[in-house]
Amino acid sequence: MAKSTKKLIKKTTANQLITLGMVVAVYIVVQIMIAAGVMSSLMQGLLVPMCTYSIVAIGLNLCVGYLGELSIGHAGFMCVGAFSGAFCTKLLAGTISNHVVLFLAALLVGTAMAALSGFLVGIPVLRLRGDYLAIVTLAFGEIIKNIINVLYIAKDTDGFHFAISDGNSIRLSEEGVWLINGAKGITKIPHLSSFTAGVILILLFLIVVYNLVNSRSGRAIMAIRDNRIAAESVGINITKFKLMAFTISAAIAGAGGVLYAHNLSTVTATPANFGYNMSIMILVFVVLGGIGSFRGSIIAAVLLTLLPEVLRGLSDYRMLIYSIVLIAVMLFNWAPKCIEFRQKVMARLKKNAGKEEA
Amino acid sequence: MNFLTYLINGISLGSVYAIIALGYTMVYGIAKMLNFAHGDVIMIGCYVVFLVMSGQGLHPVVAVLLSVIICTLLGIAIEKIAYKPLRRATPLAVLITAIGVSYFLQNGALLLFGADTKSFSSVITLPALKLAGGKLTISSTTIVTVIVCIVIMIALTLFIRRTKAGRAMLAVSEDKDAAQLMGVNVNATISLTFAIGSGLAAIAGVLFCSAYPTLTPYTGSMPGIKAFTAAVFGGIGSVPGALIGGILLGIIEILGRAYISSQLSDAIVFAVLIIVLLVKPTGILGKKIHEKV
Repeated sequence: MAKSTKKLIKKTTANQLITLGMVVAVYIVVQIMIAAGVMSSLMQGLLVPMCTYSIVAIGLNLCVGYLGELSIGHAGFMCVGAFSGAFCTKLLAGTISNHVVLFLAALLVGTAMAALSGFLVGIPVLRLRGDYLAIVTLAFGEIIKNIINVLYIAKDTDGFHFAISDGNSIRLSEEGVWLINGAKGITKIPHLSSFTAGVILILLFLIVVYNLVNSRSGRAIMAIRDNRIAAESVGINITKFKLMAFTISAAIAGAGGVLYAHNLSTVTATPANFGYNMSIMILVFVVLGGIGSFRGSIIAAVLLTLLPEVLRGLSDYRMLIYSIVLIAVMLFNWAPKCIEFRQKVMARLKKNAGKEEA
Repeated sequence: MNFLTYLINGISLGSVYAIIALGYTMVYGIAKMLNFAHGDVIMIGCYVVFLVMSGQGLHPVVAVLLSVIICTLLGIAIEKIAYKPLRRATPLAVLITAIGVSYFLQNGALLLFGADTKSFSSVITLPALKLAGGKLTISSTTIVTVIVCIVIMIALTLFIRRTKAGRAMLAVSEDKDAAQLMGVNVNATISLTFAIGSGLAAIAGVLFCSAYPTLTPYTGSMPGIKAFTAAVFGGIGSVPGALIGGILLGIIEILGRAYISSQLSDAIVFAVLIIVLLVKPTGILGKKIHEKV
């Protein structure tokens, strides 16, 4: 018995090491490809978005796969991370010249703000169940986006100026700068994100979530997911662990947002980048990659970001094909008949392999 | 008088939301799935009316009928191809498939009809109603929308309560397996639900586009999300809940836009939703879920 438990732990550790190794291997291959000049600039432009989506998908997977609560508002946390991170960079850009330190500061602020908003949103939201919880996370995501769109913050020699919904009320002196300019968002953000930074963040968050899910807290979170009442009856503090998982999930999404913002020179909160469509896209990565599998989330995020670009040759038809692929993969993965068929094929293959060996 | 105008506009917009929310709520009640593609069925319905009216020059009533028929068939086809194989799979898998269908319809429309904005001419060409000596003007679109909504609600309630097919729908939503044992054809009932929901979506789409006359392949998604919110607001799975949720949402949206901030109107709608759900976690008319240990 003791031996088998030991083996099991080793197996999960090995599995996690494989995921980490995979990320490192991909990083090395990509670097070699860039050095050899075989990677198009279009592809190079996709590297940071891929990292961003992978990170947010890891965060959402913690929420959907381990906490067992469906969130369709993670783009909202991404938005908080992106804006507070970029805000911090704009503020500090004059005083700190080292790019690494600047990015770390932005990352810290962005992640902390996203965690805070995740905590605040989590308190009311986690009282609800199932689809009601999902719709409220969606509502919060939209509210966050809307509020950022009417927020005006500027700085000049007199200090800071704030305004909500009426940007014209702020009179700036000549050397004044806009930090957040309502629907125009934050402009002229220094380009601090890089593929290397993205990969380091992916590795960091993978280690964080792997440690979490294998810890005492992680087991408590999964116990709540599997049976809330049973978990409560053995003395697990439901609210605490639910909030903990949700906050960490939001913080990771926020870090993804910071990376996203520093890859663009202008970040605005539009429906296209921080609306529910983005939340849903991240959810697609998580479900397609396998709920509860962080490796799967990363693979799905990378492949689905690549797919429209690979199909670029088909121009107008690419998004149509993307949607058909999505439906087909879902049917193939989840339809009971397809599962049966797959198992039959696998059994036959195994049988044939067995014969050859004999 | 201004307030009254806003209120009437709110009720009109809310009626549209209520009709769309019916599609969400019925499908949810029976198949326990969120049909994310519902908003895009609305958009397809609008395009059919637009093309038939401007291209073929047919009478608006014919165009609307044709649109209802096409959307109904589309709804049945979507259900057969994309959702039926996943009947016993996890709800999340079905949700993602529905999102796939939504992308498919949007991009299909983009290819078929082009990305340019079409200006939709209202199908309702009656004169506006003037009240209180011309101080209060109610457009014919508003009146027709509200009347259509009331008629649909009454007809649907009667259908569900009085007919065999309607009772079968109730039975399936209560307990799928028990209904099957009692001889209800579950698959046919689910198909029927999708058909009714999609047919209603076509009507809602025509009414929405008559009031807000711009048509693009993405027209359906925002009213779709709002109507879904309305369905949850009123208690998902409940037909009168969809009506109450839809109308309240419409009124809040229009009043919020008029008196607080036009940019924040969506945020206000969602904030009210959150407050309602915190007080009544299953919506206004939702059934309380009892947990068995």
